Order: sequence, then structure tokens, then C-alpha cells
Amino acid sequence: MTSQAASRPNAGGGLAQALRDGYILMWRNLKRIPRIPELAIFAVLQSIMFVLLFAFVFGGAIPIAGGNYREYLMPGIFAQTIIFASATVSVGMAADMSQGIIDRFRSLPMARSAVLTGRTMAEVVYQGGILIVLMLSGLAVGWGVHTGIVEFLAGVALLLLFAFAMAWVGVWLGLSVPTVEVAQQVGFTVLFPITFISNVFVPVQTLPDFLRPVAEWNPTSTLTAATRLLWGNPTAADPRLPAATGFPAEQPILLTLIWVVVILAIFVPLAVRKYRSVSR
Amino acid sequence: MDAITAEGLVKIYRTRKNEVRALDGIDLTVGEGTVLGLLGPNGAGKTTTVRILATLLKPDAGRATVAGFDVVRQAQQLRSVIGLSGQYAAVDENLTGRENLWMFGRLYQLSSADAKQRAGELLEQFDLSDAADRVVKTYSGGMRRRLDLGSALIGRPKLMFLDEPTTGLDPRSRLGMWEVIRGLVRDGATLLLTTQYLEEADELADTIAVVDRGKIIARGTSDELKSQVGGERIEVVVRRKEDISRAGEILARQDSTNPQVHSEEHTRRLSIATNGGANRLMQLMRDLAEAEIEIDDIGLHRPTLDDVFLSLTGHVADGPKPDAEAVSHAAAAARSEKPA
Ligand SMILES: Nc1ncnc2c1ncn2[C@@H]1O[C@H](COP(=O)(O)OP(=O)(O)OP(=O)(O)O)[C@@H](O)[C@H]1O
Ligand SMILES: [Mg+2]
Repeated sequence: MTSQAASRPNAGGGLAQALRDGYILMWRNLKRIPRIPELAIFAVLQSIMFVLLFAFVFGGAIPIAGGNYREYLMPGIFAQTIIFASATVSVGMAADMSQGIIDRFRSLPMARSAVLTGRTMAEVVYQGGILIVLMLSGLAVGWGVHTGIVEFLAGVALLLLFAFAMAWVGVWLGLSVPTVEVAQQVGFTVLFPITFISNVFVPVQTLPDFLRPVAEWNPTSTLTAATRLLWGNPTAADPRLPAATGFPAEQPILLTLIWVVVILAIFVPLAVRKYRSVSR
Repeated sequence: MDAITAEGLVKIYRTRKNEVRALDGIDLTVGEGTVLGLLGPNGAGKTTTVRILATLLKPDAGRATVAGFDVVRQAQQLRSVIGLSGQYAAVDENLTGRENLWMFGRLYQLSSADAKQRAGELLEQFDLSDAADRVVKTYSGGMRRRLDLGSALIGRPKLMFLDEPTTGLDPRSRLGMWEVIRGLVRDGATLLLTTQYLEEADELADTIAVVDRGKIIARGTSDELKSQVGGERIEVVVRRKEDISRAGEILARQDSTNPQVHSEEHTRRLSIATNGGANRLMQLMRDLAEAEIEIDDIGLHRPTLDDVFLSLTGHVADGPKPDAEAVSHAAAAARSEKPA
């Protein structure tokens, strides 16, 4: 029977098989998007709701140097959307685990990693699509990119890189919770403070002293600051407030890349180990 | 060579509050090209056994090989020669039937073209061609089950695990599924299938192993097991209490070798072991009609899983009673033939 296994076509094994299987699982995860359009529609609507809420309700009360609050807000909304997306990844992962499909995957001679890489890669593609819709909405409310195409693409790449890292957090979370509902709850309980104690909606300088370092080092803030910087959107707070100093304010791009590496270094092994141990 | 061997398999599920000893030393062997039916009530450990053999679970003790591969140490090689159809359909709700099969074919490491062709064949074989391009969400339970079995066959495995393959199917689909399974056996596949129905094990399996509380308590061919249980019985319910003794005499006359009639006063039910089948039943109906004994119900009662259990363990199967009352009712006929 050994010869039968060896003679199977494509049984290359190793990295080539891992990539091929990961790609097939990515295809599977992307297929569902147009079939449950509500998911994507509400993801976009939620972000647009935040834009409208903050741009038109609170916008007047928030002082921004250089004027246009919507220009300031949009990069933050992009970052927030991408970070929130890890909650949907965890829900999707938990749903997979609660259904029989994962048993089928585990009984097939496929690369073990594919279930996880397929999901995180699909998430990057999906977030790319959401980002396009959000950018078009941003253009409509007066946001724009004021630098070159290279800087624009660098900003997009940074956002998608971050989406990839956050997707791994979502995968790990989805594998760790007992049910889909818990995944949903945990996601939002953790993500709301992370995205709100940041520079997304208000300059960090306006926060109370004890929250300020949290907000400064928060990856949401560094990602937002990095894209603002790359796209020429206002980064500075009101000149009447003390100027932002220190490493996070000066090196947001580098710090964001460090965050991506740190998150991946922690959550990829955690997720892989969790996936191996589930129901064994 | 044995296609499947297991020795002393133990599996303990640990939850926060307690431990469940799901398998308590399972030994089994399945010869190449044969069918083993694992028969047992809810919670007996059938699914756990299948999951260990299909590499989804690690045993806590014992060892097992499938196609010569160790289930723990050579899991990946093992996976490329088996097909698994679990107790609950393991297909993607948001993909179409065709997409599901294609995906599983690719993950079985078939080429894209092979996977596509194989998907088409299986859709045809399982009568799903019309629904092939609809998302599985819109499938009925039976359609899912068939798609699931098709998914297990995608790589033409020589060795298959089928966990309750006909649970939830209507009688017609059930017969269809039996036909498919027989076809697999004809093509030389080795099968381990679990079921709660003696009748099904009878139809499909060469040997049957009865599992209860994580142990195999009996094994043999279906005839061997049935003779242990005591074979078929004819059951009659008479209309009037006064007729019970007269009916008993008529029943006793049917089978001179074993004239042991069971009768219950309050339910007006009588029964007797028989090996005469339907002919004996017809004869009895005529005799009762001749004697002008009115009956409410009459039927041939085949041994059920409950009977097997009662006789093998002395206790009735735990959990909800399996719906396996294999009584071929002649009651309707009896009612319409009321004596004047
Ligand atoms: N994941 C689990 N965690 C804890 N206990 C479990 C788990 N899976 C099964 N069990 C327990 O192990 C025992 C055997 O279960 P198993 O699913 O193997 O039975 P089964 O014979 O397949 O039953 P059924 O006919 O209901 O499918 C049962 O007592 C069950 O409660
Ligand atoms: Mg079961």
C-alpha cells in the first residue's frame, strides 16, 4: 500500500504542497464572500457609520492642526476596520471548528498548515476589497492622498500586512473559544478598547496621562500614524497642545513593522499549536 | 494481511468536571476486502473508534494500524489511502456540491483535471447532478449525506470508514446507499462501518462486532449473533381477553419444535419463536380467522438491537431507544380481513 501513496499525483509534500493546499483553502474562504454578501456589506457600513458619526457629530469638537478632521479621521478608520476584521476571522474559524468540515480536512493527506494559512491569506484579499470601498467613500467626504503613488502603495501594503498579522490573532482566538458566540463576544470586548484608546478619533495628547502611553504604543495608533505620514494626511495635533514626542510619534512606520513581526512571532506558533491540539 | 488491526484501544475524554472512558480496550481486525460492522447503541464508542482509526484522535493506550500504517506515527501516509464519512456531514455549506468535491479532490492531492472529472462522476453516481451547482446550504439532509459519502470516495480509497452512513436517510435513499456500499465491496474495498441497526449490519457486513460501553462484547457473523439472540418471533395481539388461551393453542401448533408461547394478559399479546418467516405468519392468520379469533395486530418480529443487548449484557441499551423496531407489520392486512 506504500507504493500507492507514493504514486499519487502531485504528492510533492513540503513547501510546494503547503502553498498549493493553502491556496485551495484560500479559494474556499473567498468563495463564501459573495454568497453571504451581508457580511461584507455590514463590515463596510459599520466603517462608514464611524466616518459619519465622527466626521459630522464629534468632528467640530475635536481640534486638529491643519484643519480638516475628515482627512485626519480616514486613515484611522482604515486601521480600525482592519483590526476589527480579526473578530470576523475568529468567528469564521470557530464556526469551522464547530462543524464537521474540519474533520474532513484533518482526515485528508493535505498540508496541516493550509487550514490556517488559507484563512489568513483570504482575509488579506478580503480586506483589500473592503479597503477599496472605504477609500472611495473617503474620497467622497473629502479625504485624499497628497503624496505619490509609491507612498500610497506603501500605506496600503502596511495596512494589508497588518491585516495578515491580525488575522493570525483571530485564528488563534477562534481556535481557543468554545463556541462561535464566545468568539464574537471576546472579539468585540477586546477590540473596542484597543481601537478607541488610540489616535484614531482624537489626538493622543487629549487623553488623560495614564492612558497616553497606552495610546501612543497601541498598534492601532502606530498604524494610523504611519499611513497619515505616508499619505500626507494631518498627523499633528493642535499646536496649542504639547507636541507629540518619543519613539512612537517619530517612527510610526518602523514601529508598525515591529508590531507586525511581534504579533506574527507570538500568534502564528500559538495558533498552530492550538490547531494541532484541538480534539486530540 | 489484515487491513485494519487494533489492540487494546483506550480513549478517555477529560472534561472539566469528569472523565469519560469512551473506549475501554477495543481489539479488532478487518481482513482486506471484507466489511466489519461495528454495532452499538448511543455512546457505545463507535465514533470514537472510527476517529482514532482515521487519525482524528490519538488513543490514550493501545495501538492500531490501517493498511500497515500506524495511526499515530504514520498518520499522514495513512490519510492518503483512506476515505472517511463521519457521523455528521462534513462538507462546506457555502460551496456547491461540485465545488466541495473538487476541493476535497485537490486536497487529496489529485490534479485539478482529475478532481474535476472525479467530482462529475460522483455527482452522477450519487444522484446529485441536478443539484451539483447549488450551494450545499440548500441541500436536504439526505443529499448532504450522499455528498459526504461521495467526498469520502473522491480519491478512490481502498479502505473506508463509514460512521452511520444511513442515519437520517429515507427508506429509498437508504436502499440506494446500501447499493453503493455493496458496489464498493464488489470493487474490492475494505470497509469499517458503524450502525445502530442490526438489520443494516446484517445486510452489509461480513462480520459484526457489538460494542457496548467502550468494549466489544460479542463478535461473529450476523447468523451467529442472531442465533445467540433467538431469531424471529411471531407476535399477535388478540381483541378479546377470553381468546388468549385459544390463540395460544393455535400458536403452539405452528412450530412443533419449540412450542414455547409467551402471553401477557393485560396487553393481550402473545408471541412465539419461529423460523418459518412470512409463510408461517400467513398460515397463522388463516388459522386464527378460521377459529374466529379477532386480532388487533399481528407481525413478524425480528431481533432488534435491544434484543441483542438484552441477551448479551442483560441490560437494555443506554440512551434513547434506537428506532429499529424491525417488525414487518401484517396488521393492516389483518384488520381488513376481519371475519364476518
Ligand atoms: N468530545 C467528547 N468529550 C467528552 N466526552 C465525549 C466526547 N465525545 C464522545 N464522548 C463520550 O464518549 C462516549 C462514546 O462516544 P461515541 O461518540 O464514540 O459513541 P457512539 O457509539 O458513536 O454513539 P452514537 O451512536 O450516539 O453516535 C460517550 O459516552 C460520549 O458521551
Ligand atoms: Mg457516533
